Amino acid sequence: MGIFVDENLCNRCGTADEPMCVRDCPGDLMFIKENQKAAIVGNRECWDCAACVKVCPTQAIHMQLPTSVVVRGVELRGRAMKHKTVWRIRLRDGDEKGYETPSTGKPPFTPSL
Amino acid sequence: MSSVIHRDCDVLIIGGGAAGCVAAVEAKELAPELDVVVMEKAHVYRSGCLAAGISALNAYLHQGETPESFLRYVIRDSVGIVRDDLTLTMAAELNAQVKRVESWGLPIPKDERDRPLKRGRGSIKIFGERIKPILGKRAEASGATILNRVNATALAVHDGRVIGAYGVGTRDAKLHAVRAKTVLVCTGGAAGLYRPSNPGMASHRMWYSPFNTGAGLAMGIRAGAEMTSFEFRFIPLRIKDAIAPTGEIAQWLGAQQINALGEEYLDKHYAHLGGRSMTTQDRLYATLLERRAGRGPCYLDVRNVNPKRLEGTIAAYLSMAPPSAMLMSDEAYYAKHGGVMAPVEITGGEPLVVGGHGLSGYWIDAARRASVPGLWAAGDVAGGSPKKYASGAWAEAVIAVRAMVEEARQREHAPLDAGELAREHARALKPLEKPGSISPQDLEERLQKVLDEYAGGISRDYGYSEHELKIAKLHLGRMADELASLAAITPFELMQCHDVIDRVTVAKTLVEHMLHRRETRWHCYQERLDYPQRDDARFMLFVNSVQGPDGAIRIVERPVERAQLDVELPPLADGAVIRHSR
Repeated sequence: MGIFVDENLCNRCGTADEPMCVRDCPGDLMFIKENQKAAIVGNRECWDCAACVKVCPTQAIHMQLPTSVVVRGVELRGRAMKHKTVWRIRLRDGDEKGYETPSTGKPPFTPSL
Repeated sequence: MSSVIHRDCDVLIIGGGAAGCVAAVEAKELAPELDVVVMEKAHVYRSGCLAAGISALNAYLHQGETPESFLRYVIRDSVGIVRDDLTLTMAAELNAQVKRVESWGLPIPKDERDRPLKRGRGSIKIFGERIKPILGKRAEASGATILNRVNATALAVHDGRVIGAYGVGTRDAKLHAVRAKTVLVCTGGAAGLYRPSNPGMASHRMWYSPFNTGAGLAMGIRAGAEMTSFEFRFIPLRIKDAIAPTGEIAQWLGAQQINALGEEYLDKHYAHLGGRSMTTQDRLYATLLERRAGRGPCYLDVRNVNPKRLEGTIAAYLSMAPPSAMLMSDEAYYAKHGGVMAPVEITGGEPLVVGGHGLSGYWIDAARRASVPGLWAAGDVAGGSPKKYASGAWAEAVIAVRAMVEEARQREHAPLDAGELAREHARALKPLEKPGSISPQDLEERLQKVLDEYAGGISRDYGYSEHELKIAKLHLGRMADELASLAAITPFELMQCHDVIDRVTVAKTLVEHMLHRRETRWHCYQERLDYPQRDDARFMLFVNSVQGPDGAIRIVERPVERAQLDVELPPLADGAVIRHSR
C-alpha cells in the first residue's frame, strides 16, 4: 500500500478510452468509479511500483508507505516526461526534495550517480 | 456455455514481460509473415517484474569475461547443479540483447571508452525507470497482436502436443481460446506462496512482483510438463521493510555487510564459507547465523559514504524500488533533526520459485523446448540456468523464438478438442457461478501459513524436516474442498481466484521436490534440518517432477552434464575442498 487519488485533480484523462493509471497498473488494480474518478480496488494489493503516479497527466496520484513500515506519511509524487522522470518526495515536516532520473535516450545523461 | 472468443495464430507468447516483449519483436523480425500473439494479464506497458523499473542489468559479460567464465561462476554459486548448455547459450547472447534494447531507447551510461559502467562482476548500471514501456511499445510496434487483459489459465493439448492456450478476460470474464502452431510460456515465477515479509496492508511490499503468481508453472504442471529444481527456493537478501534490492548500495557504493558490532562478519566469522566471496545463499545464511549468535541485526555499512552519493542512490531507487527511496528520505529527515540515521538493515524475504535468479522452472532443452511438444519456456518460468535475470530472459526468449519460427512455418493448426474447451470453460469460470464461502484472500492466507510453518518460511528461519513437509503436504491435499468453494463476483476477483488456484498447484510440486532432496545443498534456499550435510555422492543431480493426469506427482532424477570445466565448488562443512569435473 498504496496510492491516493486527489479527486479534485483527476479528470479520468478526459475523453481517453482508458485513463493512463487504469492502463498501466501491473496488477490491474485501478478502475473508474461511478463519479468518473480513478480509484484502486484496495491498497492492500498495491506493489508500490509508482507506475500510476508517474503516468498521471494531472499528477492526481501520490504514493504513501504502509503504516506498519513507516509510522507517519512520507509522500511520493512524480511525472514522466519525454526523456526523464521528475520526482518529489515530501517529508513529514512538509519539506520537499526533488530528483530527476533519465528515462529514455542516449548519453550524455545528467543524473547524480 | 457463454460465448468463447476464438483466435488462431502461428506463434503464441503467454506473458508480455521482459521475455515476452522481446520474443514478440524477435518473432516478427525473423518471420514478418507469421501471425504472433502476446497474451498478457495486465498491459504490456508496465506489466511483470520490471513495472517499477530496474537500475542495473545483472547478466552482462564485461571485457575479459566469456560464456565459460560466466558458467564457472554460476556452477560454483549453485554448488554444481546447473545446466551448462542453457547457461552457455544464454551467456553468448547477453551483450547483443543488451545492445538491442539500448537501441530501442534504454539509457545505458558509458565510461570514457564507450563501455557500459560496471556495477559488479556481471552487472552494468542503467537508467531503467522506463524499461518496461520501452519493451512494451516496441512489442506493440512489431506487428504482433497484443491481447492485453487476458489471464492465461490453461494450455490446450491435442494428441500430446500443446496447440494453444485458454485465458480469461480480466475485465469481462470471457473465455479466450487461442490456437497456435507454437507456444512460448514466459509468465515469470511465483511469489505469494509463503507468508510475506510485511503484514496486512503491507503484504505486497515485497521484492518480487506479487502479480507473478506462478500461472505459467501451474499450466505446465497440469499439462504434464517436466519441472526442475523447485526445491531451490530463491530467497532474496534485501533492505528490510522496503524489501528492496541491495546491489545499488552493496555494489555501486561498495558498502560491506556488517553486524550489530560493526564487524565485517562475512570475512571475520565465515572465512570457511569463502568470506565475502561466498555464495549468494551463504550471504543470507551467514546473516541468519549472526543473529543466532547474538550479533544481529546486520546492515550494509553506509557510515562512510559521501552524502552526495547517497542522494544519487535515492534517485536510483526511485527508478526501481520507490519505497526504498521514501524510507531513506525519512531516515535522512530524522538525521537532519538531530536523530540518528539508522543504517541500512538487511534481511531475507519470502522464498520464491523463480528461474531468473534461481534454478526452478520448466525443464527445457538447449532450444528452450519444454518436455511437452509444441511448448517453449523462457525467463523466470524456465529452470536450470540461474542468474540470468532480465537480460538473460531476453536471451532465452530470442533462442526460443528462433526454433519456434522454424517449426511454426512447417505446421498446420490442430483441431481444438471440444471436450477440453468445455471442461476449461467450466473450470475457469466456476468461481463466478454460485456464492461460495471462500474468498481468494482467505485461501491465500491459508496457503501462506501452511508453507511458512511447515515448509521453511521466514518464521522458521527457512529450515524444515521431512515430518513438517508431510504435514504441509497433508494440508495442501485438504485444500481441494476450499479450492472448489472459491467464489468471485467481479472479473478481478475471478483472476484472484486463479492466482491462488495456481499457487496451490505450484506449492504441491514444490513440497514434493523438497521431500526428495535429502541433503542440504543450498543453505536457507534448501535447508533440510533432518539432513544438514551436503551429499555429493547421492544428490549431485537435478530433482525433476512430472504430474500425471490423476494429479499424482512423480519425481525424476536427471544427471548433471558438465561441459569441459574444472570448477572448485564451495567447501563442505568440514572444510574439504571439492573439485567438480566430468
